[in-house]
Amino acid sequence: MLVGSLGCYCLKLVGVSLPESVLGHPRVQRIAGLLPIAMLSALITTDLFDVNRHYHADWRTLAGVGVGAVALWRGRSLLVVFVVAIATDALLRLIV
Amino acid sequence: MSTLTPSSSAAEAAEPFAERAAITRAAAGIAVYAAAFGLAFGAVAIAAGLSLLQTCVLSVVMFTGASQFALVGIIAVAGSPYAALAAALLLGVRNAFYGVPVAGIVQPRGLGRLLAAHFVIDETTAMAVAQAGNRAARYAFWTTGVGLFTMWNLGTLAGAVIGSSINTSALGLDAAAPAIFLALLWPQLSRDRGPAVAAGAVAVALALVTITPAGAPIIAAAGVAIIAGLTPARQHGGQSS
Repeated sequence: MLVGSLGCYCLKLVGVSLPESVLGHPRVQRIAGLLPIAMLSALITTDLFDVNRHYHADWRTLAGVGVGAVALWRGRSLLVVFVVAIATDALLRLIV
Repeated sequence: MSTLTPSSSAAEAAEPFAERAAITRAAAGIAVYAAAFGLAFGAVAIAAGLSLLQTCVLSVVMFTGASQFALVGIIAVAGSPYAALAAALLLGVRNAFYGVPVAGIVQPRGLGRLLAAHFVIDETTAMAVAQAGNRAARYAFWTTGVGLFTMWNLGTLAGAVIGSSINTSALGLDAAAPAIFLALLWPQLSRDRGPAVAAGAVAVALALVTITPAGAPIIAAAGVAIIAGLTPARQHGGQSS
């Protein structure tokens, strides 16, 4: 836990300390830009479809994230997306 | 994050008061949503089996939301701690790149550099580079950083306390992490090759979910980004390196 925390801090420190030439390299920048896209996509996938290493999805959670996606598409802010997603999920759990 | 050359123009000094008020308002809005996300993080972390102390240490020391959610998410499905660590660090890599424009704009010195580094995350970077002048950018960076840090940690503490006493599934918090990840992912998809990398990462994750330890699919997906980033872009200037 602490190792991870300090590691993440060191990554930030590297950014403000290293000469721009290293991190400004176009290929390095391209990979750095694509990295969060790949990781976040994979995280969403495993969050939604992986239960104890078996394919399984809870339709109520899917519906919640789906409504959140619609809010994103309509240009809503992060907070709105977050609220409608958990509200939908919670509501479906309550009534179904 | 596009490259931005900060200019210290005369306009910087023109309307400092109105400008500062606008920045303060924006920073306050960010702090409010940080509290809400912190609340969700605290509850999710407790549900994943972390202690109150571990949860709070993560928010104080790691202080980068996506990494924290990823780490906790992998621990929740009983993934290996190394996979959780690797995922958190890989997601933290982007902060190093945020540091480049921030260092140029904020120009921290001495101990200020150590503190500034801790505050380099998505929101503070976005606020800093969005300002026209250097002085406004510095104000935006520090205001957003201090407000966000405070509220994120208070939210985490509250969420962890609440999360210990309630069923987080019933509150719909199962949808919290994927919804936040989706919201963070969304604006980045417009990047060159973004949709292809996202699709590739989903395919890799789905293919590996049942055959590898939990967490491994996330690490493997990073490979998609590296491969896509190494293959030269088709640009009409031939920007070779």
